[in-house]
Amino acid sequence: MVTRELMVKALVEGIRVATIYLPPDVKEALKRIYEKEESPVARAQLKAILKNIELAEKLKAPICQDTGLLSFYIRVGAKFPAIDLVEEAIVEATRVATREIPLRPNTVDPITGRNPGDNTGRYAPVIVWDEVDPKGDYLEVTIVPKGGGSEYVATLTMIPPGRGLEGVKEVVLDAVVKAGAMPCPPTIIGVGIAGTVDKAVSLAKKCAVIRRVGSRHPEPKIATLEDQLLEMVNELGIGTMGMGGRFTALDVHVDYAYRHPATYAVAVVFQCWAARRATVTIKPTGEYIVTQ
Amino acid sequence: MEYRLKTPLSEDDVRRLRVGDIVYLSGVIYTARDAAHRRIIEYIREGKRLPFDLSGGVIYHCGPVVQKKDGEWIVLAGGPTTSTRMELYEAEVIERLGVRMVIGKGGMGKRTAEACARYGAVYTTFTGGAGVLAAQAIKRVIDVYWLDLGIPEAVWVLEVEDFGPLIVAIDSTGRNLIEEIVEESNRRKNELLKRPLVLPP
Repeated sequence: MVTRELMVKALVEGIRVATIYLPPDVKEALKRIYEKEESPVARAQLKAILKNIELAEKLKAPICQDTGLLSFYIRVGAKFPAIDLVEEAIVEATRVATREIPLRPNTVDPITGRNPGDNTGRYAPVIVWDEVDPKGDYLEVTIVPKGGGSEYVATLTMIPPGRGLEGVKEVVLDAVVKAGAMPCPPTIIGVGIAGTVDKAVSLAKKCAVIRRVGSRHPEPKIATLEDQLLEMVNELGIGTMGMGGRFTALDVHVDYAYRHPATYAVAVVFQCWAARRATVTIKPTGEYIVTQ
Repeated sequence: MEYRLKTPLSEDDVRRLRVGDIVYLSGVIYTARDAAHRRIIEYIREGKRLPFDLSGGVIYHCGPVVQKKDGEWIVLAGGPTTSTRMELYEAEVIERLGVRMVIGKGGMGKRTAEACARYGAVYTTFTGGAGVLAAQAIKRVIDVYWLDLGIPEAVWVLEVEDFGPLIVAIDSTGRNLIEEIVEESNRRKNELLKRPLVLPP
């Protein structure tokens, strides 16, 4: 049976895994570029990054001190028996994880400047009811502890629709140059194209934080766009931590929604090299697993 | 070049560093983010004495993850935060307090670079995100000031040993490595904009 306590336990475990261990696709991608990088400054930092990943695993410590503003992306089966308890379980799990792992208390009231100290608050943590599976009976929560440095440099641009994909390319390259060293490159770059601003941003965000490094959009044209944007972004030469080098991004992911004839919104969202995520799947029986 | 330096730093220690050099630092460093910088500036302007001495000192842009065990603070993760936000304050802090090294990530601007050249200081970066690696080099929390600002924003006085690799990003000759890289990437971007995408139908 799925109780509130069980959900809290499963979610705290998920937050712990997400905060300490990098997903295998990200780790492998970082190792690959360390092998290929030639700049000594970039290599010194990639070496520090790989050492840091190992130490975090060994010491079971958060991989980065910025344990983020926690975001929870929910995919829920319509037949999951405890939908009513999900949000309160997430808030409680955030409090427990902040105390136990521990996480850095990051949430701040933008009006008063007060930090409640437990990573919660108005609309915090961020809970996104992302998808309903009409036939499913499970709950799947993907936890993303994303740091402030990479969120800081996101962009949203309304381009003249006539510019099309060349306009998208320009927006992406501009954003990457402007972001420079700030989002802790090598980054994962998410690009969302849509008719409304919120859709563009949410697509870009999911491209940056949920999709695996190396995955390609199912449509060949978009997949090729992803390849070419990645190549161009790396040709910019910003490199690891913005100090020069062959690799500025680990990957570029693009997704799109049909737009309005008059609007062409392009959002660019960055995820730092410490691209943390873990997914908790809970079955109606109360069994759960954490995957990356 | 690779250097091993000890705090307090002398003007000579930092004047010989050049962008791209790698430094491992031992001694005492002080964390300070936005709110701590704001308060430092307030103290300076009001002529109040700071509760800590930053002359020959090192400021670290960092908000650590800490835990109190048996009455002692321990840093679990302590990588750098984005330095750009401190650009507003750092030149004045270097000038008035005699800070010799600022550690952060992401780069700093013209005013900081000018202050580094004029007063003899450097800006170095610690690899962003490498919070556990940083914590390994932090041997002890010596003290903490201004906890009323919150854990990330307080000033943590840390004893470090071979803290690094720190990469010199602004030296005292006026060079600013990250800015140079950004300028070059801007040139490359303008070339790339002339090269059209080649996509299947």
